[in-house]
Amino acid sequence: MLAWTIYLSFAGALIEALLPKGKAPLARWLALAVSVAGLALAVQGFHAGMGQGRVTLVDAAWIPTMGIHYLLAADGISRVLVLLTGLAAVAGVLFSWNIELRTNEFFAFFLALIGGVYGVFLSFDLFLLFVFYEIAIVPKYFLIAIWGSTRREYAAMKLALYSFVGSAMVLIGLLAAYAASGSQSTGLVALGHANLPVSFQMWAFPLVFVGFGILAGMWPFHTWAPTGHVAAPTAASMLLAGVVMKLGAYGCLRVAIGLFPHGLDPWGFSIIGVGSWRDVFAVLAVVGIVYGALVALAQSDFKFVIGYSSVSHMGFVLLGLVTLNQIGVTGAVLQMFSHGIIAGLLFAIVGRIVYDRTHTRQLAELETMHLSRRLPFAAWAFVIAGMASIGLPGFSGFVAEFQVLVGAWIAKPWWTLAAGVGIVVGVAYTWRAMQKAFFSDVPQTAHGLEQEHAHPFAAITWPEVAGTVLLAGVSLFVGLYPRILLEAIEPAVQALLAGGGR
Amino acid sequence: MSGFPVLTLLTVLPLLGAAIALFAGRHARGVAIAITGACLALALFVWTHLPANGSIGLEELHAWAPSLGIDYHLGVDALGALMLVLSAIVTLMSVDAAHRVQHQPGLYFGLVLILESGLFGSFTALNFFHWFLFWELSLIPAFFLIKLWGGTRRGPAATQFFVYTMAGSVALLVAFLAVFLSTGSMDFRHLTLLASTGELEQMVTAHLGPVTMWLAVGVLAGFAVKVPMIPFHTWLPAAYAEAPSPVTMLLTGAMSKMGVYGLLRIAIPLFGHQIAQMRTPLLVLAVATVVMGAWAAAAQKDLKRIFAYSSVNHLGYCLLGIFALAVPYGAGDAGQLASPAAALNGVILQMFNHGVTAAALFWFVSILQQRTGGHRDIDQFGGLRKPAPVLAGLMGIALFSSLGLPGLNGFVGEFLIFRGAFSLAWVASTVSILGLLVTAAVILTVIQKVFSGPVPSHCEGFPDLHRGEWLALAPVIGLMLLIGLLPQLIVDSVNPTVQNLLAHWRF
Repeated sequence: MLAWTIYLSFAGALIEALLPKGKAPLARWLALAVSVAGLALAVQGFHAGMGQGRVTLVDAAWIPTMGIHYLLAADGISRVLVLLTGLAAVAGVLFSWNIELRTNEFFAFFLALIGGVYGVFLSFDLFLLFVFYEIAIVPKYFLIAIWGSTRREYAAMKLALYSFVGSAMVLIGLLAAYAASGSQSTGLVALGHANLPVSFQMWAFPLVFVGFGILAGMWPFHTWAPTGHVAAPTAASMLLAGVVMKLGAYGCLRVAIGLFPHGLDPWGFSIIGVGSWRDVFAVLAVVGIVYGALVALAQSDFKFVIGYSSVSHMGFVLLGLVTLNQIGVTGAVLQMFSHGIIAGLLFAIVGRIVYDRTHTRQLAELETMHLSRRLPFAAWAFVIAGMASIGLPGFSGFVAEFQVLVGAWIAKPWWTLAAGVGIVVGVAYTWRAMQKAFFSDVPQTAHGLEQEHAHPFAAITWPEVAGTVLLAGVSLFVGLYPRILLEAIEPAVQALLAGGGR
Repeated sequence: MSGFPVLTLLTVLPLLGAAIALFAGRHARGVAIAITGACLALALFVWTHLPANGSIGLEELHAWAPSLGIDYHLGVDALGALMLVLSAIVTLMSVDAAHRVQHQPGLYFGLVLILESGLFGSFTALNFFHWFLFWELSLIPAFFLIKLWGGTRRGPAATQFFVYTMAGSVALLVAFLAVFLSTGSMDFRHLTLLASTGELEQMVTAHLGPVTMWLAVGVLAGFAVKVPMIPFHTWLPAAYAEAPSPVTMLLTGAMSKMGVYGLLRIAIPLFGHQIAQMRTPLLVLAVATVVMGAWAAAAQKDLKRIFAYSSVNHLGYCLLGIFALAVPYGAGDAGQLASPAAALNGVILQMFNHGVTAAALFWFVSILQQRTGGHRDIDQFGGLRKPAPVLAGLMGIALFSSLGLPGLNGFVGEFLIFRGAFSLAWVASTVSILGLLVTAAVILTVIQKVFSGPVPSHCEGFPDLHRGEWLALAPVIGLMLLIGLLPQLIVDSVNPTVQNLLAHWRF
């Protein structure tokens, strides 16, 4: 059934593209119906897959002479990320309710992107995974280039080119893996069995890890992320931060670590304490955590704060992955889910609820607007999202980052200490943004009050409330009852670490 | 060898059509559409009636001038048949696109049909003499089509095209005369057999001394000009840019494939051993073709020149695949055929895909030119998505096919080439991936400049595709999607031929 999430989304995209113009309400309701149906399938698949290992969904010969199969399967990691995609899709549609410009085309690209993302998370054939991974690039490009703001064409091109460079590196690694394995199949499991030589894994691993890592916002290849997030329309930022960056992290885990586990072995020598690719990527991850947080602290544009915070939070995912122990990798997968929900909510508040009413994202201007009084819903939603983002216990972010930190401590304590700095700065930039945007003390003038009464903000609409409640609720629920996801993630991580999902 | 001579019919039909079209005046296009449509049906008939084991089928063999070793010998395997289908499709597209020919339409469509006949003849011939006749026959109408209907600087462009290709042909002819003098045969199959046992080289050396390597160079030069391979490509941008767009469709869609086909049918089977000796320099040239082709496309402003250089880049992948699999005998493990097979499948698929996609792109250029009074500088367009959403959508699909997006035809061929070539020549393949990236940047720039941004004044009121146009284009776009999603439609038929070819090649 999970496979239908893909077909349903693509079919929805096709129908949206063929809808007549000027039927915006129809396009919206259709997109909502498709994404809710996708979420329902994801929940059903998640529930049905509980306690099971990897389940093959579809296996059909695609190009038989080349050993390429149309092979869809799901393990606990896939199921959790499919669930995330379903949630992000529904929330994305809800927060795009006010798109008036070529509504049907917008949702066509939106659903095509969602379909591609579902496809990546469910592919267990490398060729197929690569196909879906590439297909997801195009709708991203158009969503930003057509419906974006701030230097949208530059941002769209930058995002597309970074993605293509990443895919090219991945492609080289994959081709090399075939060549080295002599395998007749492109299946992930078959390649995992191929016993690739250690010396080969040593250079293929960093290539593929960085290739996917680019899309995961790995420092110093992260620069597409803030510009892309800021330029994108709200729903696209939500998807970019919420699920597209997870595609990269998922590829790092499933393909790079899954196929080339020995690529993380020590080199046999060390330079200033760095003795393996694992150390290298841990350092990059920690730098990403701290750097992203510090840069977020210095931003004057509200959306850039959130954009850089994504770089910082994705650093935790990458750090968790290279700990290579059960708790750290489990934490990384949970962090993918958690950040997907929280970043989606933050972008929705900043880009949709606030910006569409104030028409500015400059913190200096927002300071004079007294939003806590005029938009209390936005203010309190941001407080909740901010709490979740800084990792307050009770929210999903806490469980995830805590596990990553524990895993990192087991691997190398100084990783945890350095990442801890990032958490402290994270509190600072979140607090600063909250203060400036919503709770500033700038006194209101009489003239200002008149203006406020003359031009009241549009009322909060039901899709905004529904989307906020959905995302905040999920983060809170997972924070209070993390077992529901951990029970799915843990066995899958165990199997993957034990032998690349073999 | 018995049965209905369908290949002869296929070659003669366009010639007959040409004779009619010459005198049909303004009805010439109607005649041409009918004839090319019939040819497509025949080509599809051939494609579905191939022998299942991948060998050459539908043969026709008659003595012609036996004392000179010249037979009338026709036959196709899946490679030849696929090229027939491609030629038929591209010619039909070209005729479809050429609905604004005011000046001497009878002559124009007559020449197009003669060109089609030349393509069919050269893709079915199995005797050098016969093949060479059609190779040259296709050149002459192409020259006149550029010379008489081309753009402002058509004269030099046509001459350059003609002289370059002729020089290549002469090199080919001289090399083949030497082979004929040594072996007394012009039959490709017989010569392939001789080459695969090493006798060919012995016979040439016995007659003419140690010149086999030079003969291989001569043959390669002939095909390198046609494909083209850097540094023999300089005729191409001028010819493609100055030719009327429908003619460019024929040049890039079908005629450039004659070069790649020649490499696979003639150069590699006869001189595989010598080519394997020169493998490294040839791979360097192939990589240069891929990367510099893409790079040169990035530096252009004229849409036609962008797509012309992009064609150089795309055919470079074919060269990469072909030269990568020419591994000197004994150097690799000979038992492993999976990688060469993947590469060769990819090369053949890429030939077809590039033909369809490049022809479609030049078709779109011709549509853009018609609507803006001849503009084709990318800076002169902008925001066309608004006035012409259907055009933008369809052209976007064609552009993404050229970019190599999964789900469309271009990706599968390139993927298979890289999949095969990587284990055979990993350095060359890795550097070539740079070409993919630059191509992606080029195509995205085209999309951005033509379809986004403000609409310039001369593009206001730009009409969208009318029904006739999009009905004509839709099958082509549909074909791109079909092959992208179900590549086995072609690969399943081509693969036996690939195995068969590889079994007869000696490096």
